[in-house]
Amino acid sequence: MLTIDQAAYDAIVRHAKRDHPDEACGIVAGPEGSDRPERVVEMVNAAGSPTFYEFDSTELLELYKQMWDRDEEPVVIYHSHTATEAYPSRTDIGLASEPGAHYVLVSTRHWAEAGGGNNDAPVEFRSYRIVDGEVTEEEVVVVPALPAR
Amino acid sequence: MAIEVRIPTILRTYTDGEKAVTGDGASLSALIDDLEANHPGIKDRLIDNGDLRRFVNVYINDEDVRFIGGLEAQLADGDQVVVLPAVAGGC
Repeated sequence: MLTIDQAAYDAIVRHAKRDHPDEACGIVAGPEGSDRPERVVEMVNAAGSPTFYEFDSTELLELYKQMWDRDEEPVVIYHSHTATEAYPSRTDIGLASEPGAHYVLVSTRHWAEAGGGNNDAPVEFRSYRIVDGEVTEEEVVVVPALPAR
Repeated sequence: MAIEVRIPTILRTYTDGEKAVTGDGASLSALIDDLEANHPGIKDRLIDNGDLRRFVNVYINDEDVRFIGGLEAQLADGDQVVVLPAVAGGC
């Protein structure tokens, strides 16, 4: 189960809409071992593509160094699909390399079909564990705020 | 010669869970062979067909090795090497 606060959830959806039709990507960092997605970090999609995403390699190193300094880890790794459902593709599964992370997929397709912009069409928001090529969908619970530590 | 190598979570099965190990080598290629001697299996996760795997990033002192010679990139005592799998995917 992924428990995420409304602000982080909204930030991910906003990012996905803003970068549509390209795939948006980023992480939500949290203290190591806490399973608390606390800090949304938007990343540049170096692939700049509607069908592929890749964190820029220099930014990726900066991100990890920052997390190591703060004793954080990527609790959530998110990206968007812009024309297909919010389910990990074969490429997503093959390249998933953080077995401890929640892989969040959002899909902007219905929102885009409805005209994009400020329309209220839903953006699919789903979460998965991807371990050794095995995908397990999990429940997403959105809370007003994460419980106090 | 001692070179510190930062190991990503996904490869720590080869290093008994260690986050960082020490290796030796005058080039990245030699370093990887040295790592393989102590952590069998790790080389195959870094190299494919004689070249660095497309979705593995290796940095020497914060520089992506792809810009400084790839496997032939030179190493010196005290250098820091970081291995990070690419975060990537596609529909």
